[in-house]
Amino acid sequence: MSACCETPAFVPPKNPPHAGQLRTVVLIGPPNSGKSTLFNRLTGLRQKVANFPGVTVEQRMGLMAGVGRADLTLIDLPGIYSLDPYSEDARVSIDVLRGKMVGTPKPDAVLMVLDSLHLTRQLMLAAPVLALGLPTLVLLNMSDLMDARGGHIDALELARELGAPVAQISAVNGTGLDAVPLFLNQQTDRAAAKPLTLPVVGNAASAHSWAAQVSHRTGYRAPLSVEGTRKIDSVLLHRIWGPLLFLLVVIGVFEVVFSIGQPLSDGFGVILADVGNLIRPLLPAGWLQSLILDGAWKGISSVLVFLPQILLLFLFIGILEDSGYLSRAALIADRVMRTTGLNGKAFIPLLSAYACAVPAIMATRTIENKRDRMATILVAPFMTCSARLPVYMLLIAAFIPNITYLHGFLGLRTLTMLGLYLAGFVGAMTTAWLLKSSILKSSETPFILELPQYRMPTLRSLALRLLDRAKVFLRQAGTIILCVTLALWVLAHLPVIQSPSGQISAPELADSVIGRLGHFIEPAIQPLGFNWKIGIGLLSSVLAREVMVSTMGTLYGAEADTHALSLQTALHHDMTLGGALALMIFFAFAMQCTSTMAVVRRETNSWRWPAFQFLYMLALAWIAAYAVNHLAMVFC
Amino acid sequence: MLSELKVGESGVLIGLDLPESVQNHLMHMGFVPDALVTVLLRAPAGDPTVYSVDGMEIALRRETAAAIRMRPATADVPQLEAAQ
Repeated sequence: MSACCETPAFVPPKNPPHAGQLRTVVLIGPPNSGKSTLFNRLTGLRQKVANFPGVTVEQRMGLMAGVGRADLTLIDLPGIYSLDPYSEDARVSIDVLRGKMVGTPKPDAVLMVLDSLHLTRQLMLAAPVLALGLPTLVLLNMSDLMDARGGHIDALELARELGAPVAQISAVNGTGLDAVPLFLNQQTDRAAAKPLTLPVVGNAASAHSWAAQVSHRTGYRAPLSVEGTRKIDSVLLHRIWGPLLFLLVVIGVFEVVFSIGQPLSDGFGVILADVGNLIRPLLPAGWLQSLILDGAWKGISSVLVFLPQILLLFLFIGILEDSGYLSRAALIADRVMRTTGLNGKAFIPLLSAYACAVPAIMATRTIENKRDRMATILVAPFMTCSARLPVYMLLIAAFIPNITYLHGFLGLRTLTMLGLYLAGFVGAMTTAWLLKSSILKSSETPFILELPQYRMPTLRSLALRLLDRAKVFLRQAGTIILCVTLALWVLAHLPVIQSPSGQISAPELADSVIGRLGHFIEPAIQPLGFNWKIGIGLLSSVLAREVMVSTMGTLYGAEADTHALSLQTALHHDMTLGGALALMIFFAFAMQCTSTMAVVRRETNSWRWPAFQFLYMLALAWIAAYAVNHLAMVFC
Repeated sequence: MLSELKVGESGVLIGLDLPESVQNHLMHMGFVPDALVTVLLRAPAGDPTVYSVDGMEIALRRETAAAIRMRPATADVPQLEAAQ
């Protein structure tokens, strides 16, 4: 069930062990120095990258096929400032680097990535890493920005100072990377690495003064570009404009997702329906045709329709992440976060939960304090993940009229969507406050946030993100959603009825196995304004939220009254506005996702927390849906 | 104290009165004795504040900044800054 957002396990090649042979190379460097971008370049893989510290939280391995050395394993590590472990992700890096990580090969060579724009500070890591005595190539990343913005460094002199080769590269543009295979080939020949005596660097202060001296002697001049970033920040973090622009950005994103995304999705839906109609004559009429077209295809295409809108949303998330705006958003939101008692570092994991809770929960590893980390894990599934979008969009398009305000700038549908995102956020913050003032109380830990310089997102990186997201979405449709829709179709057509004339036919939907199950649970959900079909959807969507939509597609497609209708029209048949609003609120709060439960179990090492979380969120969802349904009955 | 500086003002760091681990982390981000720290801007809510140190921009909450001892930046720029 790890369909969401995880990469398959990596198996290192089993070379015959050769004495002194180079096999494993490790990438190390401070946070946000661009290690993962370089990893992707060198391996040809697609590890997630973005412009904020702490994107990578566990080690990742790949073969260096990108530079023609598929015989070598490259390990990408979370960024570290020093070799003292201060958080769980830093501990991983240090253990791997020292060859103490069980199941990970001991590194034979090191690629140390340093951000040229902040070299003095980044050099503090160089001394302890070089002191490990492994052959090391120092890569001064972001040399493109360095040149463009008038910085300077004497790379040769730096190499002499460090006793290690130095290359200036740009991982984003792929320039200067020939230095890597050159260095590795030399290591394979085993030119004896000259051990260099670096000053013993005991504490941070002496590390800093050593780094400052080295950068002075190598003629380092930091680029002046900070000015540009500061000018942008003086607007984006302005007392009035800052929050206003933040709000405008959010509203703008949803407006585009609706106004441009909706027609795209509608068009895509027409294409999907046409494909179904093309296949129909190819299949013999009867149960097989019904299973494939009315069961599987109808169910899957009802979810697939939302692909254009989801990709649009991810395009915006990608632009925000790559530009460096996210750290600024963290700054704006810190006031809210601290009143709830959440750790300042919780913000970035929570923000990434807007895409998917699974990587968000893994990203909590950057939080040092155990109780703070637990609280963040427990509230992350409240954030509106992209799997909720198909459910929201279906119900909004079906039940919320397309009214606009402010000369078409602000639509009622956008407002509804915004309200649902807000509901999730409020649910998260309230829960965090409850947890932090009761079972997870802890002393406040300081908030230290690095604001990276702004950079223009590259088309390549945005395109790769969208491609990856589309793949995840299609894989989900081809696995979980396909299985569930097939199972539902079968259950909706059993038990078969034999008429007196001996003819075999399917039962009425209400009399089928699924119909009886639905009617059995109906009393529990009737107060929320849900009919039995929604009940089945709620059960099946525990696997993954999008399954709700495909379940509706299959069930309404199997019913005689609604068979020929589009899903939006079919829903109107037996659902009120109150029920629709209640269903959306239910999805805002309920933890309908087995992938998330599995990752919470893994990260907390017990079933207790995911069970508590599931029940708590279910109770909250039920109460909120009940309230919304009853309020709607009064007012509408 | 660092928290007492106004936006646009600079000071030279003397020392940090923080737990060992936090102190270490801050020092690796450039908050070392003799470093020149400038107050860049405050977040819209008035806190945290963004400081410029060592060419980097770091945001700290008020209570953390209140544990960082500073002295006024004088005309004779400390050697560490001159190095950059």
